[in-house]
Amino acid sequence: MRIGVFICHCGSNIGGTVDCAQVAHDAQSLPEVVYAINLMYSCAEPGQAAIEEAIKEYQLTGVVVASCSPRMHEPTFRRTVERAGLNRYMFEMANIREHVSWIGKDKEANTNKANELVAMAVEKLRRNRPLHAQSFDVNKRVLVIGGGVAGIQAALDCADGNIPVVLVEREATIGGKMAKLDKTFPTVDCSACILGPKMVDVAQHPNITLHAFSEIESISGYVGNFTVTIRKKSTYVDWTKCTGCGACTEKCPNKKTPDAFNEFTGPTTAISIAFPQAIPKRAVINPDYCRQLQKGKCGVCAKICPTGAIKYEMEDEVITEEVGAIVAATGYDLMDWTVYQEYGGGRYPDVITSLQYERLLSASGPTGGHVKRPSDGREPKNVVFIQCVGSRDKSIGRPYCSGFCCMYTAKQAVLTKEHIPDAQSFVFYMDIRASGKLYDEFIRRTIEEYGTEYIRGRVSKIYPDGKGSYTVCGVDTLMGKAITVSADLVVLAVGIEGSKDASKLAEKLRISYDKYGFFMESHPKLKPVQTNTAGVFLAGVCQGTKDIPSSVSQGSAAASKVLTLFSADKLQNDPQISAVDIKRCVGCGKCVQTCPFGAIQLTEIRGQEKAQVIDTVCQGCGLCSSTCPQGAIQLAHSTDNQILAEVHALCQR
Amino acid sequence: MKFAYYPGCSAHGSSADYEISTQAVCRTLGMELADIPDWNCCGSTPAHAIDTELSTALCVRNLDIAAKENVEKLLTSCPSCLSNLRLARHRMQDQQFRTRVNELLDAPAAKEFPQTYSVMEMLHEIYGPDIIAGRVHKPLTGIRLAPYYGCLMSRPAEIMNFGDPENPTVMEDLLTACGADTLDFPLKTECCGASFGIPERSMTARLSGKILELATRMQADALVVACPLCQMNLDLRQEQASKAMNTSFHMPVLYFTQVLGLAFGLPPEALGFNKLCVDAGPLLRKLATAQKSGGAA
Repeated sequence: MRIGVFICHCGSNIGGTVDCAQVAHDAQSLPEVVYAINLMYSCAEPGQAAIEEAIKEYQLTGVVVASCSPRMHEPTFRRTVERAGLNRYMFEMANIREHVSWIGKDKEANTNKANELVAMAVEKLRRNRPLHAQSFDVNKRVLVIGGGVAGIQAALDCADGNIPVVLVEREATIGGKMAKLDKTFPTVDCSACILGPKMVDVAQHPNITLHAFSEIESISGYVGNFTVTIRKKSTYVDWTKCTGCGACTEKCPNKKTPDAFNEFTGPTTAISIAFPQAIPKRAVINPDYCRQLQKGKCGVCAKICPTGAIKYEMEDEVITEEVGAIVAATGYDLMDWTVYQEYGGGRYPDVITSLQYERLLSASGPTGGHVKRPSDGREPKNVVFIQCVGSRDKSIGRPYCSGFCCMYTAKQAVLTKEHIPDAQSFVFYMDIRASGKLYDEFIRRTIEEYGTEYIRGRVSKIYPDGKGSYTVCGVDTLMGKAITVSADLVVLAVGIEGSKDASKLAEKLRISYDKYGFFMESHPKLKPVQTNTAGVFLAGVCQGTKDIPSSVSQGSAAASKVLTLFSADKLQNDPQISAVDIKRCVGCGKCVQTCPFGAIQLTEIRGQEKAQVIDTVCQGCGLCSSTCPQGAIQLAHSTDNQILAEVHALCQR
Repeated sequence: MKFAYYPGCSAHGSSADYEISTQAVCRTLGMELADIPDWNCCGSTPAHAIDTELSTALCVRNLDIAAKENVEKLLTSCPSCLSNLRLARHRMQDQQFRTRVNELLDAPAAKEFPQTYSVMEMLHEIYGPDIIAGRVHKPLTGIRLAPYYGCLMSRPAEIMNFGDPENPTVMEDLLTACGADTLDFPLKTECCGASFGIPERSMTARLSGKILELATRMQADALVVACPLCQMNLDLRQEQASKAMNTSFHMPVLYFTQVLGLAFGLPPEALGFNKLCVDAGPLLRKLATAQKSGGAA
């Protein structure tokens, strides 16, 4: 073998604390190395050209680049060696940036460590074999999980690109959080009016199959060929017959059913349609409050229904869908703000969340758009808004900014004035974060034209003053004094977290999530919609806090990733997968149990049980290889021999 | 059951009624509170406001005595003593700080000290609302009580370990067990003005006034407290608070042990009611009427 070694300075990133010329010099004495040199930027065009030229000039058959993390540029350099005529797997990378120069200041120690990593890479490369990808068919259908505005956008864009879409929504209607909003900032246009047409498009699009009131049960398979089972939860209403006329909801005798769509600001009926523009506009029975299902007598809705759609005996149904890509768009939920006992911890009826306030402002809400206090129905005159309730608060383990609260609070202050002209709004804030297009202008209008009083400081306590209002105690940090404000209604801008059960879905999707339930993107800057599982993309707040324009953008971005993926008829698999040496395999089945992807099965070969790897399912994680007691199952490109050679190279020095 | 007890200085002076009623209630329940020998003042506010090491040394001397007596749990009634003793134990875990404090003492202190608990917490833990309710002879039916903890019992949360620092509920459990109508008193952990009653009288009057005003608006028959200093500010200085709020309060301020004692059927004079500045007579008469009509029904 003829090996070339290239040591990258990465400008001063590596060159500042590693003697790259020395590393290159030392590499020349490593076995089978015929050429070694240091380059300023090996990933840049001149750097890549230098590698290509050296391959030709010195007839190199393998290349080591010592630079950054392979997660950054391994694909780049594999393409480089491929252009020069080598197999892309005759390449190894030594990470002397993240693992060396960025974490140590001692130049001599860093140079030593870089030398060791290069020696290890050379030893591994000496045992590399050319690998070749296999191609397989792509199922050009996409699953979108979550029917909020991000999911809707992703579904519509894919569908318009002629891709069949399966859209799964947990609630009875699509629309997500945006459907609950009265107006949107900074234009103060009606949320339902701008979202409504998109929801109708979803319902009418020939390429979209909508499963509302359904949840993902399981996901198996791999990019291009996922199999998904979906639990269609029982609605107790046959949706093929239901016309959404609403006669049942008028006659239902149980009018005290908690209304999740209205954020529990008012009751609904046991059989209900979420809101007038619901898609699908179909009735659902809440079995916990239905008299027929609880006590076995009532049956009013069944009697009144003109189409005979009520089915009290309906059960959940599990269906299977085959897709080639998945977009997760599961959105968010509010964090549990009742931990703030100083704000009443949920005990005071007129201390509400901003999402509840949206429902009180909304014409389709429980008060018909007239702002009334939950406690006594009185119209509030003094409304206090408190920002960052559960955001940027390390004391309750929520260090992050929820991103959109500054803006919707300003919007709600404006709406308060429009609903109640003689009302006065107060906003307690930490900082005003209004960096979007036309956002800061909107904040200024809120303050200057709508007379909203902004008070920079935190609130320490809210309590009923015994006269029917609330005393809000806080601090004005600009004035440097404690202040109290009398409030008729207090609106808390509650921080957000990943949607309920997001972590369970992440495990089904085999993607990472953080401790707040947000899904992890592949790269925080350069791969914001991809995940580390091929074929799974992210859209909307499930990936991190964002407002409507950003969610819509990411929905479209995820759709474009799906369309790009589906632009090829066949996909190539990664050949770095496991293979079984059937002479050594004793058929114990430990690998079958340990494989997280179900990629290994036992088959009978000449009368004996043997393990067999399904190439397209294997993800190359290597768990089987470390589990196998016989060493019979080996991961191509990371064989036991290769790893031992690396260890040997390190320990021998 | 015998318990090691740190009475604190107030118990022998300004809060004698707290001490009398605490002893009476514990005796009724079968608890004996035995003073640790040769105890000294915890240093109170003056010591910790000026010198943390001195304040700690004063507390450590007491903890050291308790340790030598093999005490497992030390009880005290006063939240300020409780706070100082618990903080001292916590601070002594820092070796450098321990060394400096030991220099102030005659001899180095024990390596480990017993933890200190409030009498309120121990009554709740040992007996609990159910057993306490079982001991009630004269339920306080119809009496509206506003529990007020003051700022010290629950803070700092990680030292005091007394439920949610903004919303402790131990006293509510005890008062409800007595049959009283326990109010959800929002200002229960607000500051009464504490020792600023002397240097900043008007501020204390305003802070205490806020508490008395809300209790009055909530139609409480009495504020129920657990701290000698809170009691003093709210009771002895109630006239000052009235002036500050431009009104005239008549709000009895009882120790929770006085309330428990009443419910256990002990006579008010055995509970130090004669020491109160704001007369609890109307409350006692309301109670007697309620109990009479309750008994007749």
